[in-house]
Amino acid sequence: MTILTFTLILLAGAYLAGLVGSLTGLGGGVVVIPLLTLVFHVDIRYAIGAALLASIANSSGAASAYVKEGITNIRLGMFLEIATTIGAVGGAVIAVYTPTNTIAILFGAILLFSAAMTIRKKNQEVSTEGSPLSYKLKLNSSYPTKDGEVSYKLKNVGAGFSIMALAGVLSGLLGIGSGALKVLAMDSTMHIPFKVSTTTSNFMIGVTAAASAVVYLQRGYMDAGIAFPVMLGVLGGAFTGSKLLTRMDPKVLKYIFCVAITFVAAEMIFNGYNHKF
Amino acid sequence: MKKVISKSFLADADIEKIIGLQLRYGVVIASLIVLIGGVLYLVQQGQGAIPPYRTFLGESAGYTSLSQIVKGIGAGQAKGIVQMGVVVLIATPILRIAFSLVGFILEKDRLYIIITAIVLSVMLFSIFGGLKI
Repeated sequence: MTILTFTLILLAGAYLAGLVGSLTGLGGGVVVIPLLTLVFHVDIRYAIGAALLASIANSSGAASAYVKEGITNIRLGMFLEIATTIGAVGGAVIAVYTPTNTIAILFGAILLFSAAMTIRKKNQEVSTEGSPLSYKLKLNSSYPTKDGEVSYKLKNVGAGFSIMALAGVLSGLLGIGSGALKVLAMDSTMHIPFKVSTTTSNFMIGVTAAASAVVYLQRGYMDAGIAFPVMLGVLGGAFTGSKLLTRMDPKVLKYIFCVAITFVAAEMIFNGYNHKF
Repeated sequence: MKKVISKSFLADADIEKIIGLQLRYGVVIASLIVLIGGVLYLVQQGQGAIPPYRTFLGESAGYTSLSQIVKGIGAGQAKGIVQMGVVVLIATPILRIAFSLVGFILEKDRLYIIITAIVLSVMLFSIFGGLKI
């Protein structure tokens, strides 16, 4: 196979990964890593480097729209980014000492968790009582809905912050946005309305991924030949996905995809267990 | 507990608009640079065999620092251009933090000036901290 053929196939694969990642809400990076390692037999470290870039591109591209609409809670994002960036740098440092097979197994586990998270019940309730810390940190805010501005207040700020630090470590270690963990921290722990937690999580993913991407770039994880088709492909796919989302409800697709991702996760874990990475 | 309301809603909205635009332009510029470099890469080496991606080369593959990347571009190497696009992409969210910092300074929100400065220092530590190991 020549470089040209490889690039074109990878571009198409990354486009599909971006499309599926955007329709299901999992993010393109999560789909790109198994695609590169299981299908193209690329070393998982190159896959992680490319996936991080895809996460930054997706997050920044989508965040620009949400920030403008005023759904994103920027103060909350900034505050939690302390946890995610420190975690991400830590994760990138641990990554050097972690065998690639262990990383693959861990990735499979997170993949399973993310799939389960996408089909769970979403938090639409709005808390009217906030914890003392939420007032001190000025985290309570409002967001636009069909029925006008809705105010919400936050609970368990400390616990949410801790889960965010863990999300940061996993993001740095595995090269993914770990959006599922971020939403878990905000949605289930801090009781933030689903729409706000998703967009704020997305807003933070770019910064979190950049924190570890800087370390990985210096370590040679970013290969131009892989980064080029993956970044452009995922970005294109995510863009198509966001356009499709306004016209269709991907509920059925979500379930089908969650089953598929379970098999992929099982294969990552199986291969990692058998030291194939 | 008294309710805390943002003092200057207008300034908040303005900064949000700027952040949104900055993020979008960052991604668009990075993608264009990567596209140009990528097309050039295919023209230069497209007919060659795929590098052995199964083995991880790490730093020996080059283009791991800004000076190497700039040198590569100077030598007309496509990989250097792609890697420059990668750097611009990584810089986009980092620049966003800097914009947020300016926003909070304009709002005189002392607490969030500190919080944003912490995040920015973590990023700078990640860049210059020599975490190559």
